[in-house]
Amino acid sequence: MNEIAANVLKEDPRSIARLISYAENGSIYASKAMKDIHPFTGKAHVIGITGVMGGGKSTLICEITREFRKKGKKVGIIAIDPTSPFSGGALLGDRVRMMELAMDKGVFIRSMGTRGMLGGLASAVYDVVEILDASGKDIIIIETVGVGQAEVDIIKIADTTLVVLVPGLGDSVQTIKAGVMEIADIFIINKADRPDVNQTVAEVESLVDIECSNKERRIPVLKTIAKNGDGIKDLIREIELHNKYLKSNKEFDRKRRKRYEAELVEIIRKRLMNFIFDESIFKDKVELLIDQIYKKEIDPYSAADKILGKILK
Amino acid sequence: MNKKIRILIAKPGLDGHDRGAKIVARALRNAGMEVIYTGLHQTAEMIVETAIQEDVDVIGLSLLSGAHMTLFTDVTKLLKEKNIEDIIVLGGGIIPKQDVPKLKKEGISRVFGPGTHTEDIIEFINKNVKT
Repeated sequence: MNEIAANVLKEDPRSIARLISYAENGSIYASKAMKDIHPFTGKAHVIGITGVMGGGKSTLICEITREFRKKGKKVGIIAIDPTSPFSGGALLGDRVRMMELAMDKGVFIRSMGTRGMLGGLASAVYDVVEILDASGKDIIIIETVGVGQAEVDIIKIADTTLVVLVPGLGDSVQTIKAGVMEIADIFIINKADRPDVNQTVAEVESLVDIECSNKERRIPVLKTIAKNGDGIKDLIREIELHNKYLKSNKEFDRKRRKRYEAELVEIIRKRLMNFIFDESIFKDKVELLIDQIYKKEIDPYSAADKILGKILK
Repeated sequence: MNKKIRILIAKPGLDGHDRGAKIVARALRNAGMEVIYTGLHQTAEMIVETAIQEDVDVIGLSLLSGAHMTLFTDVTKLLKEKNIEDIIVLGGGIIPKQDVPKLKKEGISRVFGPGTHTEDIIEFINKNVKT
């Protein structure tokens, strides 16, 4: 077995961190080690947290983690923030709300930039889940960049998806329902000490009524005040209940297969993109084709055929 | 392979002034780097543990309280203790000139004082981080 993979299995933090970097950078060292650790994955319960920006996701994660630590569970946290499409840089600040966990050996936190991925996740997030899983984490929590309409990719990877809302959104609950209603396994109304909390709960409950009328499981709607730790114990109970529910029927298998499907597609996508755009022969060719499209010598579809034809043959 | 430079900007000790740290963090992000910000009041242990988990190339410490001789060197000592040699440590803030050589000896590669152009910091990092 590859040395870094062996050290990841021994829960060595520096090796875990380094392998995550290799995966993020698409390094050749990554694929070898990922091969070695795959047989040791699949045990962790993966929890995704998404929701409105400023809804308190990071603070909630800190509280949830503390509660799981009391139960003796080891926790891995992946905090995703947007990468600037212009500079390629990212300011990763989710850790600010989690610094009290920094010294806990049973917790590993990694911040990631999206690096060009849409959908609220980072491209290497599947690898990072596998690495943390192989390193013995019982719970893996993924914080997405926030949710609008399209950032719903979290369900491709999470076993349990938490959607965080806050009071006072009013009609915006209606606005975001299209994407969000379909991905929530548990709704959290955070900052429940704010006015109008009951109205928000009622609005979400009424949406759940419609959504779940013919389903065997009703999506719970919970109130929390993350900064005081209020409602966290109930939330943990609902997360554990959902895990049991998944494992009591085919749902768990379905979700895991979906995750591997998404991971496979992502690996292929990345390799193809690198092949087309990074290999020097193709790079010149692409530039040339752009010139020709610009000069109306060729149309974009025929240009795409010219590039893909070589690969598909 | 697309390596991105990762840098931790940290405020050690009892110092609530983070405007400088935030401006530097922004400038580095705009230069295409991934910047992890810890917030205020960090201990050396928290900073080093975070640097390990985040696998950063650089730690930037900012302090305006005058305790840099203790707090900056706490970080470099702890890195040495853990045999971590591949992380560059930089200092910033109100650091008297006569302290700079002493800090250098303790493993702070460079001190950037008030009036520094952010381009100089970016250039130093780009030159010194192995990619």
